[in-house]
Formats: sequence, structure tokens, C-alpha cells
Amino acid sequence: MKKIIKYVIFDILRNRIVLVYTLFLLASSFTVFSLEDSGSKGLLSLLSIILIVVPLVNIIFSTIYVYNSAEFVELLVSQPLKRKAIWLSLFSGLASSLAIAFFIGVGIPVLIYQANIIGFTMIAVGITLSIIFVAIAMLATVRTRDKAKGIGVAIMLWLYFSLLFDGFVLFLLFQFADYPLDKLMIGVTALNPIDLGRILILLQLEVSAMMGYTGAVFKDFFGTAIGLASSAGALLLWIALPLWFSTKLFNSKDL
Amino acid sequence: MGGCAEVKFILAILSLFLSFQASAKIIPVGSRQQFKTVTAGIQAAAVGDTVLVDAGYYKEKNLQILKSIVLIGINYPVLDGENKYEIISIKADSVEVNGFKIIRSGHSSLVDLSGIKIYDSRNVTVKNNILKDTFFGIYVQNGLNCTIENNQVIAVGKGGEQQNGNGIHCWQSEGMRIIRNTVTGHRDGIYFEFVKNSIIWRNTSVKNVRYGLHFMFSNDDTYVSNVFENNGSGVSIMFSHRIKMFNNFFEENWGDAAYGILLKEISDGYMEGNYFSKNTSAIYMEGANRIEMRRNTFKNNGWALKIQASCSDVVLERNNFIGNTFDVGTNGSLVLNRFINNYWDKYEGYDLDKNKIGDIAYRPVSMFSMIVEKYPSAMILFRTFIVTLLDKTEKIMPTLTPENLKDQAPLMKKAF
Amino acid sequence: MIIATNVNKQFGKLKVLDNVSTTCEKGECIALIGPNGCGKTTLIKSILGMVVPDSGVIKFNEKDIKNQWEYRDEIGYMPQIGRYPDNMTIGQVLEMMKDIRNKKTALDDDLIRAFSLPKLLDKRMRTLSGGTRQKISAAIAFLFNPTVLILDEPTAGLDPVSSELLKEKIITEKENGKLVLITSHVLSELDDLVTRIIYMQDGKLLFQKSIEELRADTGEVKLSRAIARVMTNEGA
Repeated sequence: MKKIIKYVIFDILRNRIVLVYTLFLLASSFTVFSLEDSGSKGLLSLLSIILIVVPLVNIIFSTIYVYNSAEFVELLVSQPLKRKAIWLSLFSGLASSLAIAFFIGVGIPVLIYQANIIGFTMIAVGITLSIIFVAIAMLATVRTRDKAKGIGVAIMLWLYFSLLFDGFVLFLLFQFADYPLDKLMIGVTALNPIDLGRILILLQLEVSAMMGYTGAVFKDFFGTAIGLASSAGALLLWIALPLWFSTKLFNSKDL
Repeated sequence: MGGCAEVKFILAILSLFLSFQASAKIIPVGSRQQFKTVTAGIQAAAVGDTVLVDAGYYKEKNLQILKSIVLIGINYPVLDGENKYEIISIKADSVEVNGFKIIRSGHSSLVDLSGIKIYDSRNVTVKNNILKDTFFGIYVQNGLNCTIENNQVIAVGKGGEQQNGNGIHCWQSEGMRIIRNTVTGHRDGIYFEFVKNSIIWRNTSVKNVRYGLHFMFSNDDTYVSNVFENNGSGVSIMFSHRIKMFNNFFEENWGDAAYGILLKEISDGYMEGNYFSKNTSAIYMEGANRIEMRRNTFKNNGWALKIQASCSDVVLERNNFIGNTFDVGTNGSLVLNRFINNYWDKYEGYDLDKNKIGDIAYRPVSMFSMIVEKYPSAMILFRTFIVTLLDKTEKIMPTLTPENLKDQAPLMKKAF
Repeated sequence: MIIATNVNKQFGKLKVLDNVSTTCEKGECIALIGPNGCGKTTLIKSILGMVVPDSGVIKFNEKDIKNQWEYRDEIGYMPQIGRYPDNMTIGQVLEMMKDIRNKKTALDDDLIRAFSLPKLLDKRMRTLSGGTRQKISAAIAFLFNPTVLILDEPTAGLDPVSSELLKEKIITEKENGKLVLITSHVLSELDDLVTRIIYMQDGKLLFQKSIEELRADTGEVKLSRAIARVMTNEGA
């Protein structure tokens, strides 16, 4: 398995798109930090990159990559290798190289300018989101045979997690404004890794106070060890579940 | 107004000085002096005398000063109230208490036990003292023309609002001068209730449990160059008229219901040169009328201004709004307030005629801030993609934000 | 060595393998022939475990291959279209395959030398022609001395010289007692190679006969003509 991961990473790192992605992140991080006079403002601008660009690039790139390596995967499947090992290696290769790209592109500038708990949270959330969207992309690709359709599904998933889901939440808030929804919202955020990551970062940025009662409820939950552990657990589930399903599907997939 | 207060202040000092000249006697107190206790020294003193207390540790229970004398400590002699007593009670005019370290007053929920309390007196001066672990620090009740200067008032209590009195507390007084004091750890740093024609100048009020400054039913007061930082809920000014505020700093008042300053039922106020930074809401206004705000700086606050629909004739002119999450939040379509010539860092307009004033109006209320005002829970969607999209759309086609709430002539560069 | 029993596979409504049963033994060289879309490639892929049959059993050395992977160590597979990671060089691909197979025994690099691949080792895969890729696929299939060779349209896209080299290699290996499975459209190429024919149509295994049988039955020497004869007879 290690060998396949090695070759996948080797292949991805030679792919110019990942290089461009890394440089893009690096350029935007440094721009953001040098333009904004205060570092925490820079972090906020980076937040949008982490919450929008990272999932988008990760899900689209992973989808295309998996489709493009269909023949390679076929070649591997015809070799004396476990299917599970092939699929997990593909995942590990994608996830680790995109996580590395993120770490170089965002992590290093953050460590230079904001080496504090906020910065660390951002890096952790960014890396986790990178991995989650690789896992989601792989689930999307294993389900759809057609490449164009698969990329379409990936874009829809991204749109869902970064826009439609929140729109739905907003709608719910409007509809049920008279009910105390704050506690429920903690559960709802767990249904969207982007929201979960965003709130974890926002709480570190001390804007929780601005969220009023909601913020207090969130801080009471996410601020505790249990809250932190369960949100980390939820994020890990967002990696594990899609991965588990996709591996299961890949195991019985016809190539 | 400020000048007038200063003249009065100088005159007061001069008159004190002259009275000493006339017949002042010095009464030494200390372990190696004629009087071993401060109580004995005070008893021996006549009007106009000075009681000079050596450094040392004195447990005098409650010191009553019933005549116009000067009480001076050398190298901060300690007066210990043993957590039982009010330490100094001043019940005469023209008393001065200077240079003591006053610790451990009694705590009581029935009586406002204090480190130093002034009862119904005028021209009293309390200065250069250190008050530590007192229930109330310096308490003025029915004072006239008193000076509270250069004291350090520190509470070390457990922090609960009930177990903790105010640092400097003035009630039913006039012509107070609160100058250069430091208050920390109390319930309210400085508390004014029914206090007129007074000045609060160059004080530092930080990390108090509730408000840095709490102001009620107090008219015609001015406060200048104070620092209010990191207090539980910031500064609260309520039911007062003709308040002037110059060059104060309101910083780091973060919290669920924290304000840089809360203005409630205020009229005819004037605010200039104040600096608001890192507050949840820099200014929260409710029922405020005829307030003028000029040349203030709002930087890195959650909301720079929360202005409820009950406010009218509020004028904001030539202020700087920089790096605030929301510039203005409101709960209605207020039309009675005027925004003009402010600098807004979020302004995206242009200046074709090069007169340094933007050619299109700026709307400081974002759609999301309106939504949050109505549905506070919506704040969980803070900084989501959908919110950004909504705000952008609203900027192009305003539908929800108040039509008339805008700065017709926003500045292209900072106002100052 | 390979036994398929009642193998069925359906893609959507299309039945690609319809109750296919056959047995392949060592030393055989079997040609899988039939029109496009008859299920040849699916059958091969089923044997390789790339396609999972809906029902039926495939045994390799008496062991059911379902969810197994070790048995593929004994198979060399040459796909119809060999695609490799674009950014790798030929040398890297060969190294990778060696790495993955991790064979302790001696490697068979006859084809690598025969196709003059060592000269091209630094070429990136994306710059290669289809023919060159086929050569690499073929070289890899034979590289690890497998006991079973599965070749899907091996000569398609190869120039005549390479095609001839490959055929020679196949004959050598057959004579070494290996099992060779070939699919091909070009029947004329198979003349000197095959020992048995499996003919498929619409997912069904229409007939399987040894080459001698076929020649005896039809009286034709040329394979293509023999098949044509069979087809007309069947039709009649």
C-alpha cells in the first residue's frame, strides 16, 4: 500500500495543477497578510479562502484526478493488489498531497504571521476540510461512471456544502424564529463540515461574543473538551464515512 | 465648562493652602511619635491642623473625621479595616486625606461600607491613596466640590456583582472632580447617580466586573481622556442630559452584552475625539436624542454603532470607521438621524470630481446585520458564502435595509 | 487451471455474460473470438477480478477468486488500451511495476529488449504513441514470468515487426507450458499460435473447439476460413 501511495503522490506532485494551487494559496496568503494592517484581519480574509476555495479545488481536482487515473487504477486492479489497498492508497495520496499543498500555501504564511492558537486552528481546519473533500469527491466518482456527470456531481456537492445548506439553515431560522433553535444549531452544523470548521475558527477569533446568545451556546459547547472532541469526531466522521462507503462501492465496482 | 471647573479647582487648593498658613499645627502619629494611633491624633487635632501619620500598620476600626483637618500618610501607612469596618468616614468640610494605603473594609449587603466615605460635605480632597480589597472604594454622598485624585482603587474580590461594590461612587453630588484615578476589579469602576456639573478626567477604569463607568440621572457632566478597557459590559450612560465626552478610550469590551458605551435615554450629548476599539458594540444607542458625534474613531469593533429606531437627531460627522465587522446595525427604518462626511473603509464608491468626497452615497447597514437584528440566531451563518452573496446583492438593489440610512457624502480618505 | 462455471453478468439491461462455462489448462493458447461487444473483454476482466460477476464461480487453481487478489500474482495482463500515469517516464513505470509485483525470481525482459525500450526509458508516458504504449503493456505482461498470460487485442496498434516479435514470444511461452488467453479480431494472426478457440456472441459461449478439431470438422487450414465455415454451418 505504501508503494502505491508513493506513486500516487509522485504523480500528483508532478501535476501542475497542484503546484498552481499551492502557489495561488501562497500568493493569496502573503497578499492578505501584507495588505491588511492587522494580522487578525488577514486571518479573516484567509477564512473565506479556506471555506470556499479549498473545498472547491479539492473536490474538483480529486474528482478529475480519479477519473483520469481510471486506467491506472484498472492497471493496478489487474495486478496482485487488494482493491481496498488501491482505493485507500489513491485516497491517501490525494489527501496527503492536497493537505501538503494547503500547508505550504496557507500553513507556512500563517505560521510566519500568526503563530497562535487561531492560526493553528485555521491550519487544522483547512487540512481537515481538504481531506474531507477528497473523501467526498471519491464517493462521488465511485458512484458515477461518466466523467462529465461526475464533475457535475462534484460541483453540485460543493455548491450544496458551501451555499445551499446555509441557505436552507437561514430558511429554517426564518421559519422557526419563535423557537429556541440555538442548541439544535449545534447539531445542524455537524451536518456540514464547512460550517463546523467555520464555527471552530470563529470561536477562536473571539467573535463568539458578537454572536450573542447563539455564540454563548456555541462557546459553552465547543469551548469544552467534550465539545471540541465531538466536533473533531464529527469532522473525522466526515472523512471516515464517505471513505468507508466509497471503498465498499469500489470493492464491487466493475472496471 | 471644563475651564470653569479648573479655575474652581485652583481656587479651592489656594484657599486650603491659605487656611494652613493661618494657624496650622502638625500632629505626628506613629509608633515612635507622641500619638500612637490615628484616632488619637485626630482627636487631638483642631480645625485646620495636619495629622501626619508615619508608615506603619494601623487597625483603627472606623476613623471618623468630624472637623476640617488634613490627614497625611508618609510612605503609605496601612489602615486595616479587618473586613469589618468602614475605614475612614469624612463628615466635615474641607477635609483632606492623602497618602494612605487602605485595606480590607467590611462587606455588607445592607450598608455600603467603603474605604473612604464622604458624608454631606464640601471641598473634601481624597488623593494619592491606595485602596485595596474594599467593598466600596471611595464613596461620596451629598458632596459638593470634592476632589478625588490620583487614587488607586483595586478590588480583589471573587468578582460576583453582589459581593463587590463600586470603585468610586458618587451620589447626589455636584461639582465633583474625579481625576487621574485607577480603578480595577470593582462592580462599576466609577459610578455617578444624581451628580451634576462634574468632571471625570484622565481616569483609568479597567477590568471591572460590570461597567467601567456607570452614569445615571447625572446631567451637565464632562468626561475627558479616560480609559475604559476590558470591563464586563463597558460603559453605561443612562437617563442623563447634556453630557460631553472628549478623547476617551473605549477598548476591548468584549462579551455577550458588552458595549464600548451604552447610551440610553440621553439627550443633548456631544462626543468628540473618542476612540473605540475591539468592542462587541462600540456604541449602543437607545432612546438617544440630539447627540452629536464628531471626529471619533471606530476601529475593529463588532458593531461600530447599534442605533435603535427610538433614536432621533443623532448626527455623525467626520468619524472614521475602520475594520469593523458591521458599521451600523439598526432595528428599524430610522430616518431621523444624519450621517455625513464620515470615512467608511468598506465604501466602494468613486470620486470623479476629485473633491475627496465619494460621488455615491454609502449605506452602512448591511443586509446581514438587519437579519441578525431580527433573528439573532442567524449569526451562526456569519461569514458564510451565502451571507456574502446576500450582502452584495443588497448593495446593488436595496430592499431590506433602510432606504434613508446613508451617508450622502462619504469621505474618500480618513477624516483625520 | 482456470475454471469458469455458469458465469453471468449484466450491465443494466444488457446481458454481457450469459451462463458462460469453460476450462483452461496449462500449455494451452486459447483464442477468445467473436464480434464486438460479445463479452470477450468482460470475460477476461471477470477472470482478473476487475468485473464482479452477478452469479457463477470462477476458480483459479481450484480456488474461488471472489474477493481474492493473491492469485493475480500468477497472471500477466495486457489490456486493450494501456494507459499509465501521464507524468511518469517509461523507466519509472517499469520500476513501479517491479516495485508493486515485488518478484524475487528472475525477470523476463526479453520483450523490453526486443522492443528497444531501454532507449526510451526517459520518455514521459503522455508523449508516447498508442503503439509504444502497447509495447510497454506487452513487456509488463511478460516481465514477471507469470504462469497465465491474458492478452486483450495484443497486436492492435503494433507495427508488423513488433507484432511478429510479440507472436514469437507468445509461442515461446506457450511452449514453456504456460496458459495464454488471447482476444483478437484479426484471425489470421492467430493461425500459428492457438490451440483452442472459444467463440462468443451476445454474451453466450457459442462453441469451443481445439484447433485440430476445428480443422478436421471444417477441412480448412486457415483459421479465418474455418470459422467462417462453422458460422455458415451453424446458420444452416
